[in-house]
Amino acid sequence: MTSDTQTQLAQPGHPAASVTMPIAKALNAALREAMRADDKVLLMGEDIGPLGGVFRITDGLHAEFGEQRVLDTPLAESGIIGTAIGLAMRGYRPVIEIQFDGFVYPGFDQIVSQLAKMTARHKGRVSMPIVIRIPYGGHIGAVEHHQESPEAYFAHTAGLRVVSPSTANDAHWMLRQAIESDDPVIFLEPKSKYWSKGEVLPAPAARLHQAVVAKPGSDVTLIGHGAMVHVLLQAAQIAEGEGTSCEVVDLRSLSPIDWAPLVESAQRTGRVIVAQEAPGHVSVGSEIAATIAERAFYSLEAPVLRVSGFDTPFPPAQLEDIYLPDADRVLDAVDRSLAY
Amino acid sequence: MTGPEVATEPIRLLDADGSLVESDANAEWRELAGQLSTDDRLAMHGEMLRTRRFDIEAGHLQRQGKLGLWVPSIGQEGAQVGAAWASRDQDTIFPSYREHLIALHRGVDMLQIIDIFRGAVHGGWDPLETRGMRIYSLVIATHALHSTGYAMGIRFDGACGTGDASRDEAVMAFYGDGAASQGDASEGLVFAASYDAPIVFFVQNNKWAISVPSTRQSRTPLHERARGFGLDAAWVDGNDPLASFAVTRRMLDAARQGRPGYVEADTYRMGAHTTSDDPTRYRPSDEEESWRRRDPIARLAAHLRELGVDDATLAEQDREAVELAADMRRRMLVAGTAASDDIFDHVYSEPHPLVLEQKRALAEFEAGFGGDA
Repeated sequence: MTSDTQTQLAQPGHPAASVTMPIAKALNAALREAMRADDKVLLMGEDIGPLGGVFRITDGLHAEFGEQRVLDTPLAESGIIGTAIGLAMRGYRPVIEIQFDGFVYPGFDQIVSQLAKMTARHKGRVSMPIVIRIPYGGHIGAVEHHQESPEAYFAHTAGLRVVSPSTANDAHWMLRQAIESDDPVIFLEPKSKYWSKGEVLPAPAARLHQAVVAKPGSDVTLIGHGAMVHVLLQAAQIAEGEGTSCEVVDLRSLSPIDWAPLVESAQRTGRVIVAQEAPGHVSVGSEIAATIAERAFYSLEAPVLRVSGFDTPFPPAQLEDIYLPDADRVLDAVDRSLAY
Repeated sequence: MTGPEVATEPIRLLDADGSLVESDANAEWRELAGQLSTDDRLAMHGEMLRTRRFDIEAGHLQRQGKLGLWVPSIGQEGAQVGAAWASRDQDTIFPSYREHLIALHRGVDMLQIIDIFRGAVHGGWDPLETRGMRIYSLVIATHALHSTGYAMGIRFDGACGTGDASRDEAVMAFYGDGAASQGDASEGLVFAASYDAPIVFFVQNNKWAISVPSTRQSRTPLHERARGFGLDAAWVDGNDPLASFAVTRRMLDAARQGRPGYVEADTYRMGAHTTSDDPTRYRPSDEEESWRRRDPIARLAAHLRELGVDDATLAEQDREAVELAADMRRRMLVAGTAASDDIFDHVYSEPHPLVLEQKRALAEFEAGFGGDA
């Protein structure tokens, strides 16, 4: 498979013109196209059949492909992931939906001890083409366990790939690329943005593990992924009005991280802010801060600053707007960076 | 009805002294075991001896510092040889880590098993080259799910359920009484039942999960627990190779027609859990002694003598087994060691920049010392 190299080839089964749709529909279309293109692709998850999933991402797929391709599984995440591993050994390409971020932990052992290590354990004789879709993050006012950002656990684990789209176009094409990958991919969907619309292009514009500049700028680099990209763009717009030009880099891939655009941007601006909903301690943001310090040391005008969720459990929904970094907290970091 | 009725004792065809047990209750099992000719039974005995001698030699290698660890299967050869012979060529087997006889039966080389325990590899062999024998799984019961998923795939492929046992595929998963307490073991039963997966869970109840007795794992017999999940279940004397064969053959052939099953084999781990274990700290020697009198190899040997096989033939089998184990030792002593590239080369199926960068950095670092130190 060539998920990381081919970006501009014609895409059979996909509309030849751009279509505007919300992220949820872009994901749905990606699943449908992937299932039509390869009958080894099957979906597994809780309530993903006639209901279409709690977020309706699999809407209509059960009707089109039947219960043998859209598996409404028993409610057991370890069971779902463990049986998906067996199905992959048999030649299938399972795409799993975890209902909410906080529900992935019952399957954690199967992910980190089995799925992630299976190819190495077999010295490459067995591939694990499994995608685990996880709606992640806050801003939906939900009860406990429904608004978390668990990416660091997976980015820390060798053998996994971890990606997170922020736009409808990326949601669509990154999911297609993830399904084509022969490696396990943790696919973090910004659930608060499921109904945010965007243009889906006729072909992917970037590789799966490529970081892209979402908005060019010259004074400060803002780095983030998923829903945080929207916060960064908002912060950049406000800063622009105050005379500060911010460049926003959409990370897109958390493992591996595409360092070149990050380092290049840091070398140009000399000031870097990395923002995430997840707690900051030992996080993806920490890794980015450390690596940029290593690779762009002589260009930096200020230390790389991190803006993140607090190192506490995710709070009750009434407090989530305080817990989650917003444009003001990002701008505060911009001010601190500029003050060095 | 879901399989045999609730039993008060395990299904048995051979007594501890090797004599045939003939009753109305075991008639169907005797008929199934009748598929095994005297030559088959002699071959089964040879496989048990081979595994026993391999086990003993591997234990010596560990004590001599050649292996980091060894996991003996001594005492469990009877359950395993019956299950091995019950499987068909097209079947896929997901072992735990003590299924040495099954592995050898399906064509795994002794040295490939040893490679795991001398620290050369994690996996040992290519499952595509070992007649469906998957690699060992060390975290207990995790493979109860992998095997179930694989069996679901067989069903989705339409590769079972045609009624032709010589073609329909099935899966066998091996684990023990300790693993039965893991959530994954139960989830495997849930998924197998939900999807009519063509699978048999073969559970060797060897009475001890390292130091914890099987009575701590389950208040009800394990085979009864499986019935509660909707599986056919049977309880067999695991030290009786003929009964193990008959029961497993029937359960596997039912599984390939869409009835997942569960076999609890009543057996005993005669040795330590591993070479790091000390059974004298947790179990009485008279218990060990009572099971030594039920040794499955002695039992089948006595049966073979009753069938007219002479002592010289049995002794010749043992001599061959000793020689195979010695050959394994000779080959191990000259086998190579793992290369540092092995750390990096198969973490992902597709190129990964971080791993490639670290592989290159290590090569540069090592080259910095000059020569091939």
